Amino acid sequence: MNDMNKVGIVGYGITPFTKDDKKIESILLDSAKELFKNNQKINRDDIDAVLVSTNNNSKYLSPILSEMAGIQPKIAHTIESLCNSGTNSIVSAYSYIASGLADMILITGAERYDSPGQILEWDNSRGEYKHPIFWASIFTKSYKREFSISDEQLAIVSVKNHKQAKENPNALSKKTYTVDDVINSKKLTEDLRLLNCSRPCTGSASIILASEDKAKQLTDKPIWVTGIGQKTTSAGFTKNNSFSSMESTKLAGQTALKMANKNSKDIDVAEIHDAFSVCEPMALESLGFSVEGRGMDMINELHDTNNFKINPRGGLIGSGHPLGATGIAQTIEITQQLQSNAGKRQVDNPKVGLVHNMSAAATSSTVLVLET
Amino acid sequence: MSFESKLNKGEFFIPECTECKKIVWPPAEFCNHCFGIVSLKEGPFEGKIMEFSRQNEQYFCLVEFENTIKIIANISKLPIIGQKVKISKCGINDGNYFFQVI
Repeated sequence: MNDMNKVGIVGYGITPFTKDDKKIESILLDSAKELFKNNQKINRDDIDAVLVSTNNNSKYLSPILSEMAGIQPKIAHTIESLCNSGTNSIVSAYSYIASGLADMILITGAERYDSPGQILEWDNSRGEYKHPIFWASIFTKSYKREFSISDEQLAIVSVKNHKQAKENPNALSKKTYTVDDVINSKKLTEDLRLLNCSRPCTGSASIILASEDKAKQLTDKPIWVTGIGQKTTSAGFTKNNSFSSMESTKLAGQTALKMANKNSKDIDVAEIHDAFSVCEPMALESLGFSVEGRGMDMINELHDTNNFKINPRGGLIGSGHPLGATGIAQTIEITQQLQSNAGKRQVDNPKVGLVHNMSAAATSSTVLVLET
Repeated sequence: MSFESKLNKGEFFIPECTECKKIVWPPAEFCNHCFGIVSLKEGPFEGKIMEFSRQNEQYFCLVEFENTIKIIANISKLPIIGQKVKISKCGINDGNYFFQVI
């Protein structure tokens, strides 16, 4: 790793997450515009690559965004990997910069509320149960059975994350809920209520990565990407060996922490991919924040003490889940936290942050470690 | 005949590599281990219920066959973890596979 160039985050822009019916091209431009407004030192002529993260079926979106934003990049393409498209794009951008192929890269993720990325049509082993609520129901049932966890206990994830989202002006959810509200919300399956789910929505998030020299020129507070881990164990949900833990997350987390020379105790703030309530304790355990089966103890304690360490922006459950934008929005949140710029969501003096973004029932995971 | 042609006729076969004898799942033309040609093994097969949930009155369960393949299937009665089942109905509906076990 020592031979590679250091890579830092030098700018970001994000839109509110809504149910708006807008064209994908406009949604993409919205957060890119915001980014250039936020950091006016960035010269668009210096952008070597534009990467677009989305599950939208429209074609040629990176050249389109480039043209709309007045950029003529050397490299321009789209990256799709269902729900972790965003962090996959950041990893690609990192690689271009670390290898010396590019100095500065714009990464923009965007999605419409009706994204085709919600259903993986290929996965026929799921039979007629292809909607994500069914894998989430199997995960939830399995986790509850294995670790004797009740629906009421799991509901705390949703209560906590909606509470935290209330401090995030870009979040889809504007309300707080009680445990009773969660367990009495619309029943989707025997094991899943509506308020246990993240919601698809319209939104966009942009970030700029740059080489060390460039980063130091463009910002006083660069945030460095010091650890990257990725693992894909399969594409099909039923290929998972465990339905109460996340193998790909475990492996990606170990790789990222090793690269950053950190362990989970060093992490001051983290964004966790809580697509459904059960995903938060499962991911915390797989990442080593908690021993197996005790993730809810940690979540309860954080909630009781009003500590925003995990999912400060409200997670996917509170913020909404515009698939291609989610991993980038998570990375922006950790950047703001490390820059002490997270407003009412600010965690006390964080130095090291972690992003966990996954797709298709944890068949693929990306973990990033960010540092001041 | 392919796995899907059989499934379309309501018959469940298990794809197996003619060379390395590994089960190939999801069904494919070539083995994902040795790229050998895949043939279809005829049942009946006994499956084991790994997990389940319910939507409205319909139970659905994760069933494992041959210690390798896992599918999600309908089941009419309350399932039990570890219960032995067999496929009672299967097919393709609007491009989606469907399975029922008893």
